[in-house]
Amino acid sequence: MGVLISAKTRVLVQGITGYQGEFHAARMREFGTQIVAGVTPGKGGTNAQGVPVFETIAEAVAATGATAACLFVPARAAKDAALEAIEERLDPVVIITEGIPVHDSVQIVAWASQTGVRVIGPNCPGLTTPGQCKIGIMPNPLFTEGPVGVISRSGTLTYEIVAALTQHGIGESTALGLGGDPVVGMSFTEGLRLFEDDPQTKAVILIGEIGGSAEEDAAQFIRAHMTKPVVGYIAGRTAPPGKRMGHAGAVISGTAGTAASKIAALEAAGVKVATLPSDVVRLVREVL
Amino acid sequence: MKLHEFQAKEMFATYGIPTQKGLVIEDPAQVNSLSLKYPVVLKAQVLVGGRGKAGGIKLAATSEEARARAAAILGMDIKGERVRRLLVAEAVDIGAEYYLAFIIDRTSRRLTAIASAAGGIDIEEVARTTPEKIARQTVPPFVGFHSYHARKLGRSLGLTGTLLSDFVTIAGALAKLCIAEDAELAEINPLAVVGGRLLAVDAKVIIDDNAIFRHPALPANEELTELERLARSAGLAYVELDGDIAIIGNGAGLVMSTLDVVAHYGGHPANFLDVGGGASTENMRQSLAIVVRKPGVRALFINIFGGITRCDDIARGIVATPPPVGMVVRLVGTNEAEGRKILEAAGISAYRDPQEAAQAVVALAASSTNQVGRVRK
Repeated sequence: MGVLISAKTRVLVQGITGYQGEFHAARMREFGTQIVAGVTPGKGGTNAQGVPVFETIAEAVAATGATAACLFVPARAAKDAALEAIEERLDPVVIITEGIPVHDSVQIVAWASQTGVRVIGPNCPGLTTPGQCKIGIMPNPLFTEGPVGVISRSGTLTYEIVAALTQHGIGESTALGLGGDPVVGMSFTEGLRLFEDDPQTKAVILIGEIGGSAEEDAAQFIRAHMTKPVVGYIAGRTAPPGKRMGHAGAVISGTAGTAASKIAALEAAGVKVATLPSDVVRLVREVL
Repeated sequence: MKLHEFQAKEMFATYGIPTQKGLVIEDPAQVNSLSLKYPVVLKAQVLVGGRGKAGGIKLAATSEEARARAAAILGMDIKGERVRRLLVAEAVDIGAEYYLAFIIDRTSRRLTAIASAAGGIDIEEVARTTPEKIARQTVPPFVGFHSYHARKLGRSLGLTGTLLSDFVTIAGALAKLCIAEDAELAEINPLAVVGGRLLAVDAKVIIDDNAIFRHPALPANEELTELERLARSAGLAYVELDGDIAIIGNGAGLVMSTLDVVAHYGGHPANFLDVGGGASTENMRQSLAIVVRKPGVRALFINIFGGITRCDDIARGIVATPPPVGMVVRLVGTNEAEGRKILEAAGISAYRDPQEAAQAVVALAASSTNQVGRVRK
């Protein structure tokens, strides 16, 4: 099972003719993902590694039956591309692009919630369901099928923790990267709900970081609705206030968004929160 | 990117938001040439908060007094920031003080207006202690902020007559500014009653860093240190910190976590540097060149988990830029074997376990007699 995507998912890549789009479309195919179409304005009628390229998503969907989108479009053109994918009801729409203006993201997520389309990202590594489908840029060799759902605001930290799981013989149902921007589509809470309902998932790892209150909101949801065990890790315990730590969303504003507040909220909801990334696997083994 | 008060007020003026008459000076002698009515208020133009408490805001009744005050404030150090400019404005008799701001609310994921009758003080404090004194209005996307929203907010502050109509005009203009200028925050605190009208006595605007490409006329970013500016122009995310262990990693979360792990073992990170996803040899070379320029650095920690970043590219960057201080490298992931081979040829052995590596670099910094910017004795 896993969440959001499966072996049946037919993926359209926006920006497939660009450097990143071309490289990662090839990696996704190696993983086993069905890449059925590409869209690059101005390059309709050509093909990229044998994948047909279209001017518009409407044409691409009519010709190929694409069901989901993955965006590698540069930040200044990303709003147009994302709104188009949402309007054509591709689902999920996975936005890898980093550096999208936050007012654009507000419009993207608003249009998505009006249409019922699930947006992952922006500024995210995408999602991977081992043995079935990968959309995004997570490294192929890390993953094995298994019982653990991973949901995270950080790409490399997810890889680090997934690699440690795999090393200890524990696999993943789906690894879901939410993105490092202040405004993103899917939240921890929505992702946790999907994992709660997924029969393959037996436990969830939540990887958060400083900034905003998504982890605190997740803690409320966990307390009220999660029956499956959740293990947490929060990056940025020692980050100074007012500084953006790499991710646009990783900033302590005044006294809000600290790691201490997130850890306290999660622990109060019964989540075991690891102090070091290497403790995560041990805590997962305890709850499985 | 945070604007100075005077820059925010210049922006306010172009959107028709009323402010006091004021001018910017950089030298006390410029006071003589100001055509302002006394008394005046002199306000230090710094980006850190709390300048009033730090003595950065003073009144002056005469030009002599203004010159003396200006000489005292200019060059002052406020929380590590040197005062280079003063905003000199005509002092006004302030009646009631209100608060008005537009922010991107991360939870609702919408532009949101916030207003309060408890203006002139720290709004976070108001939100914590008396949340009922704060009114919020979500701006519906695709519909926008309209006069009826502003009226609703203004009425919740108890405004009537001219003040209500001023509030509606100012709120509409601030919403327009926020969207057109890509502000993540546009704040007036206090929005004060002066002579029966509303006036923006202070101004705070933060422009979304991701949208700066749409605003080529914006002034230079003064929040960044010299090294931070250098890093930004090289496309690297770098934040200067207080410690002595320089840190380079790939991915924001991994680097934040690296800082935490180093601190956990008793070390003090000198910086945050994310070399980026899919970093090249050149990115790594530039990163190394920047982090070791910070004075006081005693050791360097490179923590790489290769995903789309390839360990051999990283290793080539490392051997091309030997650091002036001791170094600990942790390298795993894509093309790890090739990367290790390149490092070993240069006499560098890399760790696999990040915790072991962190402990090693903390020990190295503690025992190091070699420090950037200090002559070894």
